[in-house]
Amino acid sequence: MRVTVNGRRTEIAATRLDRLLAELDHEGTHVAIALNDLVVPRAQWAATELNSGDCIEIITPRQGG
Amino acid sequence: MVAFYGKDFSSRLLIGTALYPSPAIMQQAIRASGAEIVTVSLRRETAGGRAGSAFWSLISELGVTVLPNTAGCRSVREAVKTAALARELFGTTWIKLEVIGDDETLQPDAVGLVEAAQILIKDGFEVFPYCTEDLTVAQRLCDAGCRVIMPWAAPIGSARGIVNRDALKLLRARLPEVTLVVDAGLGTPSHAAEAMELGYDAVLLNTAIAKAGDPPEMAKAFRLAVEAGRIAYQAGLMGARDFASPSTPVVGTPFWHAVS
Repeated sequence: MRVTVNGRRTEIAATRLDRLLAELDHEGTHVAIALNDLVVPRAQWAATELNSGDCIEIITPRQGG
Repeated sequence: MVAFYGKDFSSRLLIGTALYPSPAIMQQAIRASGAEIVTVSLRRETAGGRAGSAFWSLISELGVTVLPNTAGCRSVREAVKTAALARELFGTTWIKLEVIGDDETLQPDAVGLVEAAQILIKDGFEVFPYCTEDLTVAQRLCDAGCRVIMPWAAPIGSARGIVNRDALKLLRARLPEVTLVVDAGLGTPSHAAEAMELGYDAVLLNTAIAKAGDPPEMAKAFRLAVEAGRIAYQAGLMGARDFASPSTPVVGTPFWHAVS
């Protein structure tokens, strides 16, 4: 299905958030996720289903002032 | 000691983690600064990317408290969403709230800032708002529940030092119970000392250290300047006056009235 990941339209096979992270090679990295503008806590990734047209933000720590 | 939302810290210097020549120099500079609080941001990770995790490892090694920012946000909506992600990512309710109103000066959007602070505080955040030196905006932020206020000295990265000294003095006088931090625009250790001499509780800076020729040495210079400024404030500075007042006693000056 087609979703938007970090602003880019992407074709994905995963149907749950934890599988999407594996598919995009984010497993084991320090990230936070927003699905359609709402934060999904890490504990809920495996139970969160994805739907066509979803917008997913995968966010990580960066340098800042 | 200085308290931020009930947590005590001995260092009054908060520093940023951006713009250093290398990750190793960033770590050296943070250690040399003595800072116990560092600012960080959050950005999108590219597929398969490891940059965020690598950076996070470096920060974790330092054992410091992190203050995530909403840098780059230009609307209340963006800032509130970014803060929610920061809370999840860093496991903290602290947020350095930036809502930028003007791209050239990076001047905070006072109206959006107050609105975002109100929303975030109701949601349980402890907000460190980056604001201008405007007294009434600071008061509205306090009304919203901010216990820390962070006015700029000058635009971010400008190194101009304290542009509106009188307004910063007024903020200190009118908000004696609030933790006040000069954030942004400091270029030299003497600028930081000046902020502390005005009675500010702390200073926050990044570029002046990161872009110095030797960032760890400059971090040390800022640490000493902040300490000196704080001690000077506590010691009680003399008032300025327009004319000279001799420090050496006049009475008993040799040859006084010897020429007639």
